Amino acid sequence: MKHIISALVENKPGVLAHVAGMFAARAFNIDSLVVGRTEDPKLSRMTIVVVGDDKVVEQVRKQLARIIPVVKVQDFVGQPIVARDLMLITISAPPEKRPEIMSLIEMFRGKVVDIAQKSLTVEISGPEVKIEAFINVCKPYGIKNVARTGTIAIPRQAKIES
Amino acid sequence: MKSKSRSSAKSADKSTLKAGAQIIVDTLIEQGVDTMFGYTGGVVLPLFDRLYDAPIRFINPRHEQGGCHMADAYARVSGKVGVMVATSGPGACNLVTGLATAMMDSIPLVALTGQVRTELIGNDAFQEADTTGITRPVTKYNCIVKDVKDLARIIKEAFHIASTGRPGPVLIDIPVDVEVTKFNTDGPVEMELPGYRVRPKGNARQISLAAQAINKSNQPVLYVGGGVISANASDELRQLAQKAHLPVTMTLLGLGSFDQRTPESLDMLGMHGSAYANYAVQQCDLLIAIGARFDDRVTGKLATFAPKAKIIHIDIDPASISKNVHVDIPVVGDAKEILVELIKEVEFQDRKNWFKKIAEWKKKYPFRYDSTSSKIKPQYVVEEVCRQTKSEAIITTGVGQNQMWAAQFYKFTMPRQFISSGGLGTMGYGLPAAIGAQVAKPESVVIDIDGDHSFNMTMTELATAVEYNLPIKVCILNNGYMGMVRQWQELFYNKRYSKTYLANPDYASVARAMGAIGETVDNKADVPKVVKAMLAEKKPCVVDFRVEREENVWPMVPAGGSLDEMSGLDILESMA
Repeated sequence: MKHIISALVENKPGVLAHVAGMFAARAFNIDSLVVGRTEDPKLSRMTIVVVGDDKVVEQVRKQLARIIPVVKVQDFVGQPIVARDLMLITISAPPEKRPEIMSLIEMFRGKVVDIAQKSLTVEISGPEVKIEAFINVCKPYGIKNVARTGTIAIPRQAKIES
Repeated sequence: MKSKSRSSAKSADKSTLKAGAQIIVDTLIEQGVDTMFGYTGGVVLPLFDRLYDAPIRFINPRHEQGGCHMADAYARVSGKVGVMVATSGPGACNLVTGLATAMMDSIPLVALTGQVRTELIGNDAFQEADTTGITRPVTKYNCIVKDVKDLARIIKEAFHIASTGRPGPVLIDIPVDVEVTKFNTDGPVEMELPGYRVRPKGNARQISLAAQAINKSNQPVLYVGGGVISANASDELRQLAQKAHLPVTMTLLGLGSFDQRTPESLDMLGMHGSAYANYAVQQCDLLIAIGARFDDRVTGKLATFAPKAKIIHIDIDPASISKNVHVDIPVVGDAKEILVELIKEVEFQDRKNWFKKIAEWKKKYPFRYDSTSSKIKPQYVVEEVCRQTKSEAIITTGVGQNQMWAAQFYKFTMPRQFISSGGLGTMGYGLPAAIGAQVAKPESVVIDIDGDHSFNMTMTELATAVEYNLPIKVCILNNGYMGMVRQWQELFYNKRYSKTYLANPDYASVARAMGAIGETVDNKADVPKVVKAMLAEKKPCVVDFRVEREENVWPMVPAGGSLDEMSGLDILESMA
């Protein structure tokens, strides 16, 4: 099962190496790992997608919490969250295919961010399944390049505020 | 001066400015360091200059690995944080085995390493190594100090992290320019560790659940590890065992936490543990683990480990809970604090049948060897050392058969008495550990029960023992083999003794050449008097006992087997 784990870490050199090293040393598999700054310049947030059974993911959570510069660890499984992935994708798009491709982009609420004679680059964000679906529909036209951020997530507030 | 140190730096009076090297020494003294270990080198020159007349006892090993083991054993024996200093590059790399040893056994250690100048880092400079990169997996925490203003704080944090929670080694890497940069050190030094919290107090409800389970149990076993020793909880352990009437088995690192002369002691469990401990664990209805981590050498095959037991696990490290074995009642916190509360809630139960069963196993399968043999049995040497030291010596070991015989045949009575590399199994640990132990306890008798191949690995440290006039005793159980591996080759590889034999030097001559006393013992009849003479000796001494060459350690749970599927019980019985 996929778990999205969110870790608040001190914004210090070496923290990413600590976390990545722990995953490697304990043979845990990472699906994706995203690091970014937060509103507090002293803290960064790492969003890590891990695949494993409950026992493995519990160990991941505990071993993460053990790392000294890791301040807080949350496993979002079973919680209402908003999870998003951002992708930049370059698709082969000769002029005669463009209307067709444009309608697909619209359906997926994507945005064209670069255009060349034979290709289009599209920015698209959403839950992972949507990103995967878009990749699938683009395949017949020819995909030249894909860059993805990996999942980031935040808990939904309704429950917390009520 | 009350103002924050950073803002006052510019206006500071010259007398309040200190070079980084002086800040290091002053912070160490502030942390209560009066003894440290270390080896000098290019980039730690400024620090060693400040150490030249510092009020700190300094022990200089012959190799950084040895120094790291000394600091580690010093910590195990004294309960204080061990401190080791090394230079950059090779000096730092040589610490790795020592740090990993301390990490696996949760020993509080602070290692300081020099580093090349900040602007050279990453340039493959002379004696440069990525020390924090190399040591990250073998330390509880490490970091590099790139600004002298952070130096005092980071060293203070290092001692705090090393000695609290589940203890462990912390390494601080300090570039040489940081050692010479001056900084105004007025004002308090506050730690900044938002991600590090220690929660020693156990959950009251969990403690009550544990007490209820203990009170209800007919066949309980206490299974205790090094955590009881590092929490200084031996008194509480004894009180718990007496008040609730519980048998106690110990891991290798737990030896000493419970007096083995008392009838409740089941001695060591596990791969080479006692048959009675292993049977008791397999048949118990309640296993109470304290400061132990269900290591594979303890549990044997996990699927069949303690199959009838409900499991209580008391540990400071939440990550240890349910890591290998599912735990029914976890209690996270400091063993001492939890035991104090637990003792209040437990009641005495007779458990006559259970203790009767245990007594039968004990009678049937004690640790035994063929005492009628005309050769020197290694177990006999350990037994004789135990007898003559009245179970009161500090024992260090190498790794392998020598270590197991020391654990089986020396009867330990107090915590911090048995000093051995358990988790990592570091051959060569025994001699430097004896030196560190003797430095911590100058009045105690310190004996390294070693193997010939283990001793070979770090015997250069004999020169250190001689230099500092430390009266350590080394008993080499010399079978001329890498004994434990040879035992496995005999049992599982058709006696094909591949690379387990090395030509050894004459250890007595080596000892004498280094300025120590050296003796060789070939005759069984000489063992008692040589042990007696060794104990009377005021200089470091090495006794080379030429023991039975192909003696095996019994009983033995084959790797991956269940705890109660022990080999060698028939051999033990035949020697009765």
